[in-house]
Amino acid sequence: MSDAKTEILERIRRAVGPRPPERTVDYAATERHYRHSGTLDGAARLDMLEERLRDYGAGVYRTSRADLPAAIAQAAAARGKRRLTIPAGLPREWLPDTIEFVPDESDSYAGLDCGEGALTACAAAIAMTGSIVLAHSPTEGRRALTLVPDYHLCVVFAAQVVETVPEALRRVAAAGARLITTIAGPSATADIEMIRIQGVHGPRRLDVILVVD
Amino acid sequence: MSVRVGEAAHAPAFPKAAKRLLENAQLRRNVRRATDTIRAKRAKVVAEMADWQELRAAAHEIKEHTLRYLDFYLERFEANCTRAGGQVHWARDADEANRIAIGLIQARGQREVIKVKTMTSDETGLNRALEAAGITPHETDLADMIVQLGEDKPSHIVVPALHRNRSEIREIFLRKMKLAELSDRPEDLTGAARGYLREKFLRVKAGFSGANFAIAETGSICVVESEGNGRMCVTLPEILITMLGVEKVIPTFRDLEVFLQLLPRSATGERMNPYNSIWTGVSAGDGPREFHVILLDNNRTAVLADAESRETLDCIRCGACLNACPVYRQTGGHAYGSIYSGPIGAILSPQLQSMDHSKSLPYASSLCGACYEVCPVKINIPEILIHLRAKLVESGYPPLVERAAMKVASVAFSGADSLAAAQGLARLCQWPFEHDGQLRNLPGLLGGWTDFRDLAAIPKESFRDWWSKRTGGQDE
Ligand code: SF4
Repeated sequence: MSDAKTEILERIRRAVGPRPPERTVDYAATERHYRHSGTLDGAARLDMLEERLRDYGAGVYRTSRADLPAAIAQAAAARGKRRLTIPAGLPREWLPDTIEFVPDESDSYAGLDCGEGALTACAAAIAMTGSIVLAHSPTEGRRALTLVPDYHLCVVFAAQVVETVPEALRRVAAAGARLITTIAGPSATADIEMIRIQGVHGPRRLDVILVVD
Repeated sequence: MSVRVGEAAHAPAFPKAAKRLLENAQLRRNVRRATDTIRAKRAKVVAEMADWQELRAAAHEIKEHTLRYLDFYLERFEANCTRAGGQVHWARDADEANRIAIGLIQARGQREVIKVKTMTSDETGLNRALEAAGITPHETDLADMIVQLGEDKPSHIVVPALHRNRSEIREIFLRKMKLAELSDRPEDLTGAARGYLREKFLRVKAGFSGANFAIAETGSICVVESEGNGRMCVTLPEILITMLGVEKVIPTFRDLEVFLQLLPRSATGERMNPYNSIWTGVSAGDGPREFHVILLDNNRTAVLADAESRETLDCIRCGACLNACPVYRQTGGHAYGSIYSGPIGAILSPQLQSMDHSKSLPYASSLCGACYEVCPVKINIPEILIHLRAKLVESGYPPLVERAAMKVASVAFSGADSLAAAQGLARLCQWPFEHDGQLRNLPGLLGGWTDFRDLAAIPKESFRDWWSKRTGGQDE
């Protein structure tokens, strides 16, 4: 008896029958007449992102680069947070001194579970879908950092905001990301009588700071 | 070869099951309410997309291309996943897939596994196999957990517990989580689930997931979800096993830009689902140290071999066709007796089982076309249903009398809007399915439109007269 892989591949070849010899030509013939890029200007793009983030239950702050530390302090205070975990590579000049920041350096998850929340950067944000895209670089942290704590505060720069899904995926692909998480609002479920409940297993609160210069 | 699609082999035929379920008013209300809600949300967010039809067309072409070169893309996926530190296993059928998974878990001395919603493992009956091997599976999707703790079966592919209401869920949680007190507010029920599972997420060392997409070009897996339990299951355990049907592979990372726009809007009516996780093999300092992929055939290659129904394999399991289907909306998912219900279940389940079981399912449709219209990958479900019916007839199913009645009914149902006419005809069609005074094997296409209690009241004589005129007095 042949091994499973050989047998499955043989079954497939028998099943599909004759096909064009040039696979790459066949693939390239796929008609992609959908939108590949957005058309909104910068301001409209930010407005759309903000509206849709809010629509899915995220809090949104706007600030300038110079006022970023103050905005972080304000957002954290509004949620009653005094101590946030940060990725090891997060720029220290972002951080206000009214809050304690703990770099995420351990391997374990227990510390994250009893922490108050996480502050991170992101790789991109998508206006049309109200999504944050993380590629888990040193400023965004390991995946557990924005998963296990109950609160996620995310900094988004205007230049990172794109309008469409294809634009965002092109960005993370160009950066060679191996790990990607997209986040649209806090975790949610509608499993009980179709009533949308925010906050299941992921962070129950998500705030976004939009940095616009 | 043993091909299993969940419990289908032992389930009653669709008509029988549908009859029972139509009598459950609670279930019908829940199904109706859930499907109405999702349909309205879907319609709204689909209308936002100026390029929806172009996305559907591209998705269909990508899927068809992938199936044409499926052997190539699977091998490419394997090569790239392996390069990234993953291990790829191939399984011809359900038992082989389950054996691989159990072997991996046992070899690491683990006795528990945390699972994120995967229909593929429902298809292989993994949970039962795990339990038989002394391993406890914990379903972590809220709805799956309600189903698992309530010891019953999923009723919808996206919202599996829509047949349960809040007070039933409260009962189940109180009993199974051993809680002293719990209100029936959805917030509190959700909070109870969070607390109950948090301990398991942090402690259990083996994780199990399905996949929405496997990217050949990069060897990456993409899991689409809402609650964060998926992220937990694919991130926190030390060993992760992902099982997927061979048809889940897509050629390139770029192709995700099409599917990640279509899937959430179709499935839950959201612009984007709360979380998508994409990972590639193993990554130092982030996530599981060991990652295994099980590529499952389980008769998918047989579906592939039938050029006229091959596109069944394009399905991305969004559930939109269920919500759109007048038959499903009346009966709910349990009637289909298969983990794949609704229009997609009606075409997928019989094919996965080589038409051995679920033979009544291709008749569980009025061919109204609503499923095709909403399908994000443009699967022509009505055409496939007709094709499968023809195939069944060739093989001698259904028996002559029932076949004739189905044909009569099909004519009436082709004008699917005239419900009154359809109901009238349904009454007429009742008799051939009656044996020993009980309704038997009433084709699902009638079930979608009629109330069985009405049927019982129809005098028989008039039908017999009519029937003998139609058939020239021939009975069986
Ligand atoms: S057949 Fe189409 S509409 Fe139905 S679940 Fe599959 S992808 Fe969705």
